[in-house]
Amino acid sequence: MNVSQEAFRAGILDPDRLAPVGLCNPDGAQATKRFDVYRNNVAVSLSDALEAAFPVIRKLVGDQFFRAMAGVYLRKHPPKSPLMMFYGDAMPQFLRRFGPAQSLPYLPDIAKLELAMRRAYHAADAQTLDPQVLGALAPDALLASRFRLAPAVQVVKSDFPIHAIYLANTVPEAPKPVMQPECALITRAGFDPQIHLIDAAAAKCICALIDGSPLADTLADETLDLGVTLALLLGQSAVTDIY
Amino acid sequence: MFDQSRDAPLPALPGVGYKPQHYADIIKDPDPVGWLEIHAENYMGDGGRPIAQLRHLAERFPISVHGVGLSIGSEGDLDPDHLGRLKHLIDWLNPASFSEHLAWSTHDSHFLNDLLPLPYTETTLAKVASHISQVQEALGRQMLLENPSSYLAFAESTYSEPDFLREIVTRTGCRLLLDVNNVFVSATNLKTSPQAYIDAFPVEAVGEIHLGGHDEDKDETGAPLLIDSHGKAIVDPVWALLDYTLARAGPKPLLIEWDNDVPEWGTLADEAKRAARALSGIPA
Amino acid sequence: MSNTTKTIVLASAVATAIAGMATTAHAADEKCYGVSLAGENDCAAGPGTSCAGTSSVDYQGNAWTLVPEGTCASMELPDMADGSARMGSLEALERDIPA
Repeated sequence: MNVSQEAFRAGILDPDRLAPVGLCNPDGAQATKRFDVYRNNVAVSLSDALEAAFPVIRKLVGDQFFRAMAGVYLRKHPPKSPLMMFYGDAMPQFLRRFGPAQSLPYLPDIAKLELAMRRAYHAADAQTLDPQVLGALAPDALLASRFRLAPAVQVVKSDFPIHAIYLANTVPEAPKPVMQPECALITRAGFDPQIHLIDAAAAKCICALIDGSPLADTLADETLDLGVTLALLLGQSAVTDIY
Repeated sequence: MFDQSRDAPLPALPGVGYKPQHYADIIKDPDPVGWLEIHAENYMGDGGRPIAQLRHLAERFPISVHGVGLSIGSEGDLDPDHLGRLKHLIDWLNPASFSEHLAWSTHDSHFLNDLLPLPYTETTLAKVASHISQVQEALGRQMLLENPSSYLAFAESTYSEPDFLREIVTRTGCRLLLDVNNVFVSATNLKTSPQAYIDAFPVEAVGEIHLGGHDEDKDETGAPLLIDSHGKAIVDPVWALLDYTLARAGPKPLLIEWDNDVPEWGTLADEAKRAARALSGIPA
Repeated sequence: MSNTTKTIVLASAVATAIAGMATTAHAADEKCYGVSLAGENDCAAGPGTSCAGTSSVDYQGNAWTLVPEGTCASMELPDMADGSARMGSLEALERDIPA
């Protein structure tokens, strides 16, 4: 009896199936527990990858819940790429629909934040713009100029206090979250991604800059403190070029 | 057929599987470690600390790139995107060696993150040989293929593993990575003789040897079932099998693999020292 | 806003930004420090044969009995500071927090 890789894979991901016929113990008997070794390797290694990817989600829901949830996730969303460093990108959608986690509606946005941190960690290195270049621009040129931001720079917007929740689970003695919408900016000045709380106007401004809007366009929003926003971007080596 | 030898192959010294937590220790005092092995897939991001560390280490040590996700034993085609990522890494790093496994992990675009077994038949031989030739052509270099750990047997197999590997070498010109712990684990699990496996193995094609720790379990009949966990020290019978292997094969680059419950650098360096002792006194 | 006003606002924002810029300090050899933020590929097997792979829990059936019990218990979110009413998805939160 030939064992196809299709049958092998189906057996790996579905513990209720018997091991494919044709897989044997050394005495020739049909393999059972020996096939479970592979089942276990797959489930454990994928669960470990999810734990590494979502430490804050894990802390929020507890180890036992997370491991059980990982078992559901890995069967619903097996990896499509061999790069474990990027496994788990469907977690926000998954959490939105995962019944037992519905009491924590902020989880999908926390997952988005953790994915963004990980993307920032592996993002391409970038040259930083010398802020004096910006200061030396003629006024008209400044109005028309656009920013190129570092590949690590990302914005996550939420109806929930995601920055406060993230901090409360990563920094000792961080204050308790207060219910409010929050936006987070992720930057990577060196090798370690940083998360910054920004207001809605700054989030909108940075998203526009990422999309290539000229600086002049960001001025339409009177609630925006552009000085503070630019200081944050320049201070975090988030601007790589102007054009 | 590929037989391009490298200008600077791995030295016949102890090496270790690189873990980022050992970076500072390795830079400070690597003795007796003479080279490092990395898992290719962990360095396929665009930048950041992993790539920066690797660039820095590659200035000081010969690097062996060990792939764990190419799925050379797949029934289907190799993933061209993944082969492209691998080529990019090999091109900029120009490592001393590249190796992969006689195993599969991707089927129908789903990656299972484990080294899964294949039967040894005419059909799988032709498929694996064709994949290896494709990889060697794409990378422009010879690769090493590693023997797997087996937990079960395929009723349909018609080749022994050493014969299968010997035939792969003949057809593709690739070399072999002999994992002595895997030989011990498979022989125990399948109730065969590890020494007989080494006797039958084409040692002249071996470019590197792996050593690692394993866990002990039992199957449903109470028979021993060893698991290739790389989570503890190498046991004495595996060191003895290494001596047996080196006596036949001569000195080779020896890698200590420790992937789970990774210890302090000192513990890993002690394993490397034991590997250095095993190498000393082996006639070249 | 006229172009002249825009120019003034923008120039002053840039001046403020450059003056107020916090310079980021980098460790001498930053390559050493910091934790990895990602799962890693390796070629080791999982420890033992007994656990994760041989059971899956169907959360749509009756098998799922777990509730989140990590730090989420201390994240119960009180009303917004200004006492304003919750909107949209926030109502879901209110509904689900135990009274």
